[in-house]
Amino acid sequence: MGLEAKLNGDGFFVTKMDALIAWARKNSVYPMPMGISCCAIEMMASADPKYDIARFGSEVMRFTPRQCDLMIVAGTVTYKMSHVVKKIYDQMPDPKWVIAMGACTSTGGMYRSYSVVQGIDQFLPVDVYVAGCPPRPDNLLNALIQIQNKIGRTRARDFQSLKLPELNVIQNN
Amino acid sequence: MELKELISQKLQTNFSDAEFEFSEFRNELNVKFNKKFVNPICKFLREDSELEFLLCEDITAVDWAKRKNRFTVVYHIFSLKHNFRLVLKADVDETDCTIDTVSSVWKTSDWQERECYDMYGIKFNNHPDLRRIYMPEEFEYHPLRKDFPLIGIPGSLSLPKK
Amino acid sequence: MDRLIKDDVHPKILQKLLEDTDITIEDALENEMILNMGPQHPATHGVLRLLLRLDGETVIGCVPDVGYLHRGYEKMAENMSYYEYIPHTDRLDYISPTANNVAWVLAVEKLAGIEVPVRAQYIRMIIAELARIASHLVAIGSFAMDVGALTVFLWTLREREKIMDVWDILCGARFTNSYTRIGGVANDIQPEAIAIVKKFIDEIDANLSECESLLNTNRIFVERLDGVGVISKEDALSYGYTGPNLRASGVEFDLRRATPYLQYDKVDFRIPVFTEGDCLARYFVRADEIRESAKIVKQVLQLMPQGEIKANMPKSVLPQKVEVYSKMEELIHDFMIVNFGINPPVGEVYHAIEGSKGELGFYIVSKGEGHPWKCKIRSPSFIHIQSLPHLVKGHMISDVIAIIGSIDPIMGEADK
Repeated sequence: MGLEAKLNGDGFFVTKMDALIAWARKNSVYPMPMGISCCAIEMMASADPKYDIARFGSEVMRFTPRQCDLMIVAGTVTYKMSHVVKKIYDQMPDPKWVIAMGACTSTGGMYRSYSVVQGIDQFLPVDVYVAGCPPRPDNLLNALIQIQNKIGRTRARDFQSLKLPELNVIQNN
Repeated sequence: MELKELISQKLQTNFSDAEFEFSEFRNELNVKFNKKFVNPICKFLREDSELEFLLCEDITAVDWAKRKNRFTVVYHIFSLKHNFRLVLKADVDETDCTIDTVSSVWKTSDWQERECYDMYGIKFNNHPDLRRIYMPEEFEYHPLRKDFPLIGIPGSLSLPKK
Repeated sequence: MDRLIKDDVHPKILQKLLEDTDITIEDALENEMILNMGPQHPATHGVLRLLLRLDGETVIGCVPDVGYLHRGYEKMAENMSYYEYIPHTDRLDYISPTANNVAWVLAVEKLAGIEVPVRAQYIRMIIAELARIASHLVAIGSFAMDVGALTVFLWTLREREKIMDVWDILCGARFTNSYTRIGGVANDIQPEAIAIVKKFIDEIDANLSECESLLNTNRIFVERLDGVGVISKEDALSYGYTGPNLRASGVEFDLRRATPYLQYDKVDFRIPVFTEGDCLARYFVRADEIRESAKIVKQVLQLMPQGEIKANMPKSVLPQKVEVYSKMEELIHDFMIVNFGINPPVGEVYHAIEGSKGELGFYIVSKGEGHPWKCKIRSPSFIHIQSLPHLVKGHMISDVIAIIGSIDPIMGEADK
């Protein structure tokens, strides 16, 4: 009985708005699965009944970027696909975080070839890297907990620097 | 008679000027011929009622790098009637890097020849839609050639800005 | 944020999409639209991009765009030895990784002329059939999820977790386990693994029937799939279909019967064939194949003899680690094989197995060196995606998703 225990019979408790908002945000992180290849299967496995991801608050894996805060990039990103990933990342509303799942997204993995991007941090800001090829679902849940801890430490002043992007109106042809 | 002799006999009687070379390795029959006869030979092998090579499994090319005929286009076809696989080969030179298409014989050769073009640069005459398939259209090189490095050429593919 | 670009479709693709088709639709609305089912989509089974030309809700034309997962497998094979390539083959058809391992080592052994002991062949058969069951479970689950039955997905994934437990104990990794070696398998099968396999095989029939009871008599499921995406026998052969998709169109062709490899001629199994060629037939073929594979594994567990698990050819087959650390000969052989490769004779070979999606083949050209001169992967998913424009003509958008699910492509294999 978490909240009720803190009320202590007085009926109110004192906290900072920052902490309350951070607590609400971190316990309901909606991931956007950018599932590209083999790591996507382990990400699906982390959503199945054995390694339930829903108990951490990530109940729904929305496939639309407009409703998510966390992008899990799972799978090898090639040069042809990198434009698509960047586009989807741009469509996510702030604040947003990125997990680079697996060896391929962290550094290019076992593919040192002409068409694989050697690490997605060349074009995306990454918060947590997960090692493994593919990482076990427990490993991904560990990364999710790290992201939750990171979100829990954010304060409102971290987001002051964000401003609205300039909107370019698309003309009707 | 045995199937391999039947095939070689039929091919030699029907296409006498195609310069055949027959060889066997690990129980597979390899047939090499002049590239001008690709389409008629494949059509004959598919429509012959005794042989019936209905399934075209694979079309690929080999780059020999320093030989006179630089590329060899390899076709693997399979006959369900006899459960037999046949390997057809045709040499292609680098200066005249073209060969006829077989997409009128088997519809599956459409994309396989596109892949061959994308990776090796071999053009297929009369192909319905010859464009790149794996690499983006703006890519200028052919990756599986032996003179293309494995790690790629920096700047050949674009990356979005951070 | 960059300016949103209207579309990044290459003009050549647009040209192909807009070419005149021979389809006429009654009540044509006269307003066409090009829709991009982009690479990031929950229902495209990976990164497959489809450009659809629509008239209202009906599809007139379709151009698939692949290559978003092209990792350069064939070029990498030319630079690494035959042993080093085994982990790469795992990632091809990543739902059934052990089947790809088996295909690669069979091709290399055919080239090098290595004879594998019988016990290792039976173990390879077990893992290949378990991989097939895992792949079909995911195929049925995600296919049902695309059509709308969400529960079936979670139930089939629960069954798949049991197979992953087997692989965890046997190979050391849940997934992408490089278990086979040239000349045999990595280690012997443990008794606990055999116990889990037996328990799984005993229960799979009942669990599968439970999933089927939700689907087979469900009116929505049947009416959504009956008569959708029909392909005839001649077209299927001309488009290069193999595997369950071909067997759903009436051709009884299975590589395990036609060109038997490993010990498949010693076990008894049935080949399920349906003649309608639509999505429902493909689903039934996969469900029946799970049962047949379970039968095969049961027979193999009884037939398996005791014996060696690696061939005794010191120049080509890696010796056991225990011997490497204690004996001189094995140490030298290990050093030579790892550094200089196995050096098969000059020649070329093509070997194909019946993978879970179709015929998975490797074409290896060797010049006598430690690494192949050329390696081509014949992937069934690539061939099947080519026929998508033919299958979706005249159907609606939601049928497109059902058709992709029934074809069951895996982009890791299609894009190599």
